Amino acid sequence: MDWIAILILLVRCLVLALAATTLFAYFTLFERRLLARFQNRVGPNRAGYIPLPGGKKLFGGFLQPAADAVKLFFKEDVIPTLADRWVYLMAPGFAVVPALIIWVAIPLGNWPDGNGGNWLHYAPIDVGILYLLAVTSIGVYGIAIAGWASNNKYSMLGGIRASAQVISYELALGLSILGVVMQSGTLRTEGIVNAQAGMWNIVPQFMGFIIFLIASTAEVVRSPFDLVEAEQELVGGYNTEYGSMKFALFFMSEYIKLIAMNAIAVTLFLGGGNLPGIEQASAAVTASFGVTVGNAALGLMSLGAFLIKTTLLSFLSVWIRATVPRVRYDQLMNLGWVILLPLALLNVVITAVFGVVFPVGAVVPQIAMGVIGLIVIVLTTVLAAPKRTKRGVTLVRSQARN
Amino acid sequence: MELVIFVITAIVAIIGAVAMLVSRNAVHSALFLLLNFGAIAVLYLLLQAPFLFAVQLIVYAGAIIVLFLFVVMLLGAERDEEDANPIRWQAPVAITMAVLLVGEIIWVLVRQSQDSLARVGSSDSDFGSPAQIAQALFTTHLLPFEVASFVLLTALIGVVVLHQRQS
Repeated sequence: MDWIAILILLVRCLVLALAATTLFAYFTLFERRLLARFQNRVGPNRAGYIPLPGGKKLFGGFLQPAADAVKLFFKEDVIPTLADRWVYLMAPGFAVVPALIIWVAIPLGNWPDGNGGNWLHYAPIDVGILYLLAVTSIGVYGIAIAGWASNNKYSMLGGIRASAQVISYELALGLSILGVVMQSGTLRTEGIVNAQAGMWNIVPQFMGFIIFLIASTAEVVRSPFDLVEAEQELVGGYNTEYGSMKFALFFMSEYIKLIAMNAIAVTLFLGGGNLPGIEQASAAVTASFGVTVGNAALGLMSLGAFLIKTTLLSFLSVWIRATVPRVRYDQLMNLGWVILLPLALLNVVITAVFGVVFPVGAVVPQIAMGVIGLIVIVLTTVLAAPKRTKRGVTLVRSQARN
Repeated sequence: MELVIFVITAIVAIIGAVAMLVSRNAVHSALFLLLNFGAIAVLYLLLQAPFLFAVQLIVYAGAIIVLFLFVVMLLGAERDEEDANPIRWQAPVAITMAVLLVGEIIWVLVRQSQDSLARVGSSDSDFGSPAQIAQALFTTHLLPFEVASFVLLTALIGVVVLHQRQS
């Protein structure tokens, strides 16, 4: 590998990291505006706008993330006296690094570089799925050791809760991904995207998709599974003792992990950068402007399709956060171990049976699988829903005496 | 390039292992062990075995050390006890065994270096791929694989039994 190749690689990695942090910055704005809408408020709309003729303002609030960043930069940087200094300082880095490196194995689109490679897929390794799982599972260290190193009971409780929760939901997450892997017959992420050219995996793997959504929300400790930082119980959870940019790094890692999880869901279940018509359009461009422009057009269009799908899933995340109240700890463990894990196993069994009985790529069995998944999910929701006991207050209980 | 990465990773792995043994704090030990496991995962990558890299990270870094940390944090047992080691014969036996192991490694290196290391270096590109490992695991080594799963099942049942006895 000569130095030019290394330089190109470094620049690409830098671009990816900056893109991920920019996505994070604008996701916070997206979420705050949407949450405000869900709660019948206006949300941040002052910092920065494009004035239009007639006194109208376009993109109100688009500088809000920059304002937040500047504010956090100039906050006082405090290290608690009784904290374990080195571990305390290391923890935010431990949180951010997995959130950033997880992106290299996700194919963000299809921009052929002419040598059989893909500009939008950084690391086409043959165990891409396992890499994603590995990086997800080491993501908990940042939270766990931050909670321990702060030397604060609330932080500690947050850290302990985080490790228990992430270990529990990792199983359901991995098994729901296993269904997709069996469906596509490959562990390569780009292979899974290519296998969805005909039909997106959300149809045959509907049950897996639902399990993945729930488990990934729990895995990134986001509402309604955010017991790790339950404000009412733990002040701020694992990040209570962190301020300034160290807090911002935790915040950032949490959101980048969430977007990455949505991107993984798009890759596994929604066809990645596939969208009907993209191939034909880029072929038309290639015919009139040449291969390079055609490849660029294909790359940009597939990246656009990927980002639109990710944004839709992110909207769903915000919607869930605005709608569902936080679960109790026993409910969390029950959902993970008693409901999601058996369901994911059932999904693997169904996928295996259908994969053996029916030929690869047959449409009707795949739709049948989706319908079965839907029925199972609905049945589980009805049967496993918490029983609502009718609450009544008995003031005087009269007993018959004889 | 590969040699440079190998030397750096090997040094990191050794530092992690030694620091794990020396450190007086259980959480620090666990983190140094994590460093060591991470370095070993990179060594697997250098051996062209990405599957082993991913499994090393998922199983050891992602599950086992998290469990260590969880238990240590839950029990608050990170401080080292000051009193002397209760098992007196442990240290000399451990040192003897370590010396034996190092001697064995050196012997293998000196006697077999021409033969075995060359064979590892010339392994085919398919070495350690998921398909190959699955093939070996579910045909040649099926019995040990199933036995291992039974051992794990026994541990699982043990946990359930202990829990039932408590409550």
